[in-house]
Amino acid sequence: MTDPARIRNFSIVAHIDHGKSTLADRLIQLTGTVAERDMKEQMLDSMDIERERGITIKANTVRIEYPAKDGHTYTLNLIDTPGHVDFAYEVSRSMRAVEGSLLVVDASQGVEAQTLANVYQAIDAGHEIVPVLNKIDLPAAEPDRVKAQIEDVIGLDASDAIPISAKSGLGIPDVLEAIVTRLPAPKGDRTAPLTAMLVDSWYDAYLGVVVMIRVMDGVVRKGDRIRMMQTGAIYGIDRLAVLKPAMQDIGELGPGEIGVFTASIKQVRDTRVGDTITHEKGGTDTPLPGFKPSVPVVFCGLFPVDAAEFEDLRDAIEKLALNDASFTSEMETSAALGFGFRCGFLGLLHLEVVRERLEREFDIDLITTAPSVVYHIHMRDGTVRELHNPADMPDLTYVDHIEEPRIQATILVPDEYLGDVLKLCQDRRGIQEQLTYAGNRAMVVYDLPLNEVVFDFYDRLKSVTKGYASFDYHLTGYREDHLVKMQVLVNEEPVDALSMMVHRDRAESRGRVMCEKLKDLIPRHMFKIPIQAAIGGRVIARETISAMRKDVTAKCYGGDITRKKKLLEKQKAGKKKMRQFGKVEIPQEAFINALKMDS
Amino acid sequence: MPLPAPDDTATTEDWQAAGFGIYVHWPYCAAKCPYCDFNSHVAATIDHARWISSYLVEVERYFQETGPRLLRSVFFGGGTPSLMDPATVAEVIAAIRARWPVANDLEITLEANPGSVEAGRFRAFREAGVTRVSLGLQALNDPDLRRLGRIHSAAEGLAALEVARATFDRVSFDLIYARQDQTPDDWRAELRDALALQPDHLSLYQLTVEPGTAFADRLARGGLRGLPDEDRAADLWDMTQELTATAGLPPYETSNHARAGAESIHNRIYWQSGDWLGIGPGAHGRLTLQGTRLATAAFRAPAAWLDAVERRGTGESGRDALTEDERAEEFLMMGLRLTEGIDMARWTRLSGDRPLPLASLRDDGMMTLSDDRLRVTATGRPVLNAILRALLTPSR
Repeated sequence: MTDPARIRNFSIVAHIDHGKSTLADRLIQLTGTVAERDMKEQMLDSMDIERERGITIKANTVRIEYPAKDGHTYTLNLIDTPGHVDFAYEVSRSMRAVEGSLLVVDASQGVEAQTLANVYQAIDAGHEIVPVLNKIDLPAAEPDRVKAQIEDVIGLDASDAIPISAKSGLGIPDVLEAIVTRLPAPKGDRTAPLTAMLVDSWYDAYLGVVVMIRVMDGVVRKGDRIRMMQTGAIYGIDRLAVLKPAMQDIGELGPGEIGVFTASIKQVRDTRVGDTITHEKGGTDTPLPGFKPSVPVVFCGLFPVDAAEFEDLRDAIEKLALNDASFTSEMETSAALGFGFRCGFLGLLHLEVVRERLEREFDIDLITTAPSVVYHIHMRDGTVRELHNPADMPDLTYVDHIEEPRIQATILVPDEYLGDVLKLCQDRRGIQEQLTYAGNRAMVVYDLPLNEVVFDFYDRLKSVTKGYASFDYHLTGYREDHLVKMQVLVNEEPVDALSMMVHRDRAESRGRVMCEKLKDLIPRHMFKIPIQAAIGGRVIARETISAMRKDVTAKCYGGDITRKKKLLEKQKAGKKKMRQFGKVEIPQEAFINALKMDS
Repeated sequence: MPLPAPDDTATTEDWQAAGFGIYVHWPYCAAKCPYCDFNSHVAATIDHARWISSYLVEVERYFQETGPRLLRSVFFGGGTPSLMDPATVAEVIAAIRARWPVANDLEITLEANPGSVEAGRFRAFREAGVTRVSLGLQALNDPDLRRLGRIHSAAEGLAALEVARATFDRVSFDLIYARQDQTPDDWRAELRDALALQPDHLSLYQLTVEPGTAFADRLARGGLRGLPDEDRAADLWDMTQELTATAGLPPYETSNHARAGAESIHNRIYWQSGDWLGIGPGAHGRLTLQGTRLATAAFRAPAAWLDAVERRGTGESGRDALTEDERAEEFLMMGLRLTEGIDMARWTRLSGDRPLPLASLRDDGMMTLSDDRLRVTATGRPVLNAILRALLTPSR
């Protein structure tokens, strides 16, 4: 039980690569929280993908004991928050669990779009914010310019910004001291009924579901019977601990403290981030504000390349779902791709992370269909349907109008690329909302349809700005537009996996691109094959694969039979990777490449 | 010698529909051609006596297995068999004739290069028993012969053809077309010249870059430019069919053209799934014994083959019994190369009446089925590989 006055809870806000994980590592190291021999890079990122990509997907926490210059020892709780817009809600809950933030900005790079979104979340959560300028020892560091930028762009006083080098350890003691002196202590009433926020949860193969909580009021003890206010579920706490970052058992957690518990919870789905935890008896009646159920916004089909791996995929998805409540899946059948799953994600990064984990951790080759957003189909009878899959588009005669999700996108870009960025946003049906400069960098804010962004927006943005742009977005709502379902027909047969929802004005160009791609991807057959893109019955783009004219072995005598047979055997094996559409065989590769977004 | 005794448990065996032949492989060449992927080698010295005795060991070994059967053909292939010592050819032919009963029209073919050295031996080959020569002219102009890596000139080729025709009853020659930078006009003129020579048998092969050849290397390194694309190759093919048909030499097989009655007896044994012995390094055979069809293979390297024959009494590196499916598929794959197509009754017997997905191939004009014969049409012949894929790997 720690005196709240001696607790400081904080998070670190930073752009990818600006040094968040390295700073966390140094704080852990300098305070002796982890023995030197147990240290490793990016201590708090536990997944390979997190380490490799330098992103944090799951929140994590570490409890640090720090003897401050005032002679007292303080308990510092660092919550490492997910650093991506896809996990904005999870970020907001983590932010509500702490009182202050370190804003880490690379002194040579300056503020990036993603930093902005997270720092605004911190400001929204009422945080005290301490700016920290990292990589100050680099020759390219421009601390004064970056300080000015923090003040201009974020509107935060940067005069007391702490110059550090997380890599070399320079300035780390100043950061620790600032956490104690500049960030507020948590408040809370020990005697009030228990009110704790569920910050995050994850599945551990040995412990089952581990739940991270922040106690607001009251005290929670090992063995307590607790109630999750959203789900109503009751659990007995088996184990209560703090993370250093290894689990260390503790008897109780009081106001301002952050820790974890296990309670024989079967799956992560049974826990809701942002839920309020109280005692079964004598608990509070007032849940913490701001709870939102997580809702997937991007959907796509995941199919095994080898149909025989369907069961493996099912198992893998079940295992992943144990640890990721925000990812949804249901079985889907496609004439083109066979059996698979329609999966929902919080955003594109989330999609990629899940896909990568399935491929890597479970060793399954996947075909990912074009990502789709959730459309609201307003029917003539007044009902509204949610459309996750273009294949489920109802008959147009019953449809009154269609609404699509819009986002507000913030892009920070060096001004020499501004023209290309504006053109890209205009091409994607964007409406400019704001254009401001900070030094030689422009910040543009656009209202964009999400479906244009999930297609290949981020790849295009990276390529037109040579990687110098940073991009962030959040959903703003739904708006009606002229959306249509575009089908692709190969030899007059519709290919379900390739149909997509597009804006009417963009349909021709998307259809043309798809037809051209398929023309190159489908091998010649013994007959001509028309490839068409169509809206309803109307063809909007067309290509033709001409008939095969020559494929014959010139010499085949007695000694050539064996080789010729081997060739046929190879072709038989290759045929297993073909999908039959009427008379046309389409190689699996063709789907993968046609659906690839970066070409 | 008596004819094979009729087996009283079965009627005729399937291979008898096409008959029985012997293939003899001579593995040496004066130089290796850059497009050739056959089992050929260049050697400084050749011990001809060793070769004679090894061939004879194999002839006798196989005779012990087959017993007397009516022999329709012997084929000396290579390599460059025209570089064989005519005495070797004579000994092998004599050993064969001493064992198997032969057909009245026994065909004994020898592949020959049109160099002056070979032409000088043609008479000796005839005296050894060779009745037919297949001459590798390949091209009728010097620049193309050089690009094909041939060591003879066009004039030498024509002179050799002259000598061959004066020496043998039957002479065929080969041309390779769809060469680098060959225009339709070039090929039309050259093929007309070839037809003007009035051959009664012609093999016309489109140049194929086979893996493991010097050409394949060159192609992989970005060389060998100017090869025709699919459409150009198809145009050249179409032109070839037209000109040969007009000249009375229609195709009887994918790449082989002949006047009626002048078709190669030996090659038809392959295409019609007869039995043949494969004697010599790397030679493959098909041999039906007690109703089981065996695929035999021999050691490829000349030294290894000689060694195996001398030490172990056999040059075979392996023999596999073909399954019913394999037999049927070989029959189909080889038989459909022939313009006359396949006998459906044989297919039915061999495959256990396996159904063939013919409907769409017939609708598309690729095949016809009439008089119990399944044939590939003129439209289908240039895409035979695709047809075979459709027939043998039907969609599930």
